[in-house]
Amino acid sequence: MTPGEIRNAILDILSRIVPDEDLSSLNDGLPFREQMELDSMDFLDIVMELRKRYRVQIPEEDYPNLATMQGTVSYLTPLMKDVPART
Amino acid sequence: MLSPLRDEQRIVITGIGLTAPNGNDLAQFRSSLLGGKSGVVPFETRYMGPVLAGVCGFDELKYQKRKELRRGTRAGSISIFCANEAISDSGWNWPDVSKDRVGIYIGITEHGNVETENEIFEISRFDYDTSTWSHHHNPRTVANNPAGEVSLNLGVTGPHYTIGAACAAGNAGFIQGVQMLRLNEVDRVIAGGVSESIHTFGIFASFRSQGALAWHEIPSKACRPFDLHRNGIVVAEGGCLCTLERLPDALNRGAKIYGEVVGYAMNSDASDFVLPSSTRQAECMKLAISRAGITPDDVDILSSHATATGLGDVEECRAIHHVFGDRQSLAVNNTKSFIGHAMGAAGALELAGNLPAFQDGIAHATINIEELDPECRLPQIVANVPRQMGSVTCILNNSFGMLGINSVVIVKKFQA
Repeated sequence: MTPGEIRNAILDILSRIVPDEDLSSLNDGLPFREQMELDSMDFLDIVMELRKRYRVQIPEEDYPNLATMQGTVSYLTPLMKDVPART
Repeated sequence: MLSPLRDEQRIVITGIGLTAPNGNDLAQFRSSLLGGKSGVVPFETRYMGPVLAGVCGFDELKYQKRKELRRGTRAGSISIFCANEAISDSGWNWPDVSKDRVGIYIGITEHGNVETENEIFEISRFDYDTSTWSHHHNPRTVANNPAGEVSLNLGVTGPHYTIGAACAAGNAGFIQGVQMLRLNEVDRVIAGGVSESIHTFGIFASFRSQGALAWHEIPSKACRPFDLHRNGIVVAEGGCLCTLERLPDALNRGAKIYGEVVGYAMNSDASDFVLPSSTRQAECMKLAISRAGITPDDVDILSSHATATGLGDVEECRAIHHVFGDRQSLAVNNTKSFIGHAMGAAGALELAGNLPAFQDGIAHATINIEELDPECRLPQIVANVPRQMGSVTCILNNSFGMLGINSVVIVKKFQA
């Protein structure tokens, strides 16, 4: 998956986890939690969805990399480069 | 004897919030009960194919965000809807209520089966890799979940818990609320019962294996308590929570009073996992009547528990006959014939649906009785059409459950 496809995948996951939020104006450089109601259980949902949808295992010590969209895409790009995008 | 009581010990019902398969507020529900409108419909459940169930259609987003719905449980959502509706109906000025003096007591038949089944189904899609098991599982399945979700939604910091009492749970929730008010543990109570059970295939499968799952080509005719051709239980979801408070508090604020809880009792059969005991049921009714300071002759409407199983209905009829004899002025009715068996919500819904009788003087019917079972031939059964009673001042509500748990609540019309 390309960085753009990974970003779209994260947006899709977020739209399910925080369905009341407007994600259209998301700032990729700001922490998710500053832009939406996202608590620790919601954050774990992101990790879980990545595991279920793309079989990506993210160790707990790497969770800080997922604070922002920019950080998340950067972190996941090498891990998901061989993962086919979902159609 | 609990009566006569000081006014501070007298507990009244001042608000009702409910969702039933045939109504999402008391007025709708009552109208359906008087109009013979069923809430039983075909329902798809995992693995089993079509079954029949009582399904609710309340507005889930009236008091919750979509995210909260996703995180919580159906039982929690039902509870939140009912609690908010009850508070709105009660006239409590919620922002001014001391949240630490509010108690939430919700009866449940079971909790956690739905969520556990869902998770097992989910990980089956991942070759049972338990790392895909949701971190939401534990907070969703703890037994206090439905009451806890209400406390979170409403900001209640007083006690919240559920009362696991099989299908006697709706009454048990009320009883707990009455007791806590009388003990001065709290000043306001949100109590009753809820059920999400139609969302677990297991409850249907278990009743089917037991030979106790109802079926009829016409869904609205499937639940037929006391009928000779009844063939079992229709499982339903639903909820009913009421606001309870001490009589002086209700009077001081000029509250609308639906009725006064004057008596209650719970006991155990101690005889069988599933087969009921008319002896213990009769003892439970007598104990509640005694505690209420009344006699059987004072009861105008008896809301029966009968679930449309072969033996269960017969046993309850024996118990009723033992306590009330052949007195014709008593009306025996049954709500499950309309909506199915709402499990933990059953007792609460069945009581609530009868309370308007204090105003309209009507006993709603038991529908679907085409041929009365000779073993259920009580002269008091209100069959198929409502009965004009004239005056109704006392309602007795039966609610019984597996493992031999019996509960009775008696409510009288409040007269200043």
